[in-house]
Amino acid sequence: MTTSIKQLPDIEQVLSGNGACGGCPATMGLRVVGKALGSNAIMLLTPSCAVASMGMTPKLGYNWPCINICFASAGSSASGITHAVEIMQEKGRLQGELPTVFTWTGDGGTYDIGFQALSAAAERNDNIIHFCYNNEAYSNTGVQRSGATPRGCFTTTTPTGKRQPKKNLALLMLEHNIPYVATANVAYPGDLYDKVVKAKNTPGTKYIEILAPCYLGWQFDMSETVQMSRAAVRCGAWLLWEAENGKINFNNPSARIISGKKAAEPVDEYLMNQGRFNRLLKGPDATQRIAEIQGDIDREIAFMRERAKITV
Amino acid sequence: MKAVTKAYRPISWPMKGAGGDTGTWRTHRPVVDIQKCTKCQICWIYCPEAVIDREESIVDYRYCKGCGVCAAECPTGAISMVKEE
Repeated sequence: MTTSIKQLPDIEQVLSGNGACGGCPATMGLRVVGKALGSNAIMLLTPSCAVASMGMTPKLGYNWPCINICFASAGSSASGITHAVEIMQEKGRLQGELPTVFTWTGDGGTYDIGFQALSAAAERNDNIIHFCYNNEAYSNTGVQRSGATPRGCFTTTTPTGKRQPKKNLALLMLEHNIPYVATANVAYPGDLYDKVVKAKNTPGTKYIEILAPCYLGWQFDMSETVQMSRAAVRCGAWLLWEAENGKINFNNPSARIISGKKAAEPVDEYLMNQGRFNRLLKGPDATQRIAEIQGDIDREIAFMRERAKITV
Repeated sequence: MKAVTKAYRPISWPMKGAGGDTGTWRTHRPVVDIQKCTKCQICWIYCPEAVIDREESIVDYRYCKGCGVCAAECPTGAISMVKEE
């Protein structure tokens, strides 16, 4: 049973008046993460919109100790800090409960540039939570292509549409044999809250990926942020699942799509509501392009359905 | 030697308004119709800016950026976006 909105705690870790755009899904997700983690945490940020949203010295938009680190080092820096905190507690210089060390990075700092450090941290199974808020492009620098950008998508570096499908990094992290991997979505805050609480109470490396539809990069109206992330789940472009010790469980509504109780909606409407797709779907090859994107989604659903059956 | 005061240290402290008075970015303001409001708290949780009060659905216009997510998500249509003068 997912936590309902009325049961979520009052604690607010993202303060009003930060530097994020209006309708930013990253701060929307971070608010829910803050409710789950509480104030006893240390936040690490690689270059991303989240760093720009912090605001200007001497004010800080997030109610945690924040450390800005270089792009490639999310995993290694978090490992260092979590070891330091443990040693400080051993020597008696830190009293009480250990703070949760977590990284808050975009898809660039996870999929591409930050991947080797994250992979190494996961292999060492250091006690960190890695959050990836995935807006499927390098939105902070003006929407360039990343490893998370889906096929057929316009970015400034792929003006005719990306030719390759995106990679499934959550699955890749699962193959590191870490204790907890989950995917979440800003449109389902109760589900996200439960996953973060579970990750907080699990020792070892945890990986949570949150789909964050950026209205600037995806080119839709900023008030539709939540509707767009809900549409991504309903058409199967984004699957909600969690894996505890390697066993995959799907969460609703993705569970209904995977089990076949409810067919995934056709991807057409989802694509046509986003400028990044529909500006390339006006020529004679539009049907073929849509079929390619639908093929990627169908393959991913079929693959994850079979992958979930492996429980060894 | 002159003592370095807190204000001159290159350390940031958590406080509201780190990006300035972000209410000035707004082109449309959300107006809540309390009669229609069912206190479902959906606007409160989806607000990226944490400016909507949980119990009373009162908007803090000093920092509200006017994105309209609350109006789009309100199940009873109690929030409308009114153009700023």
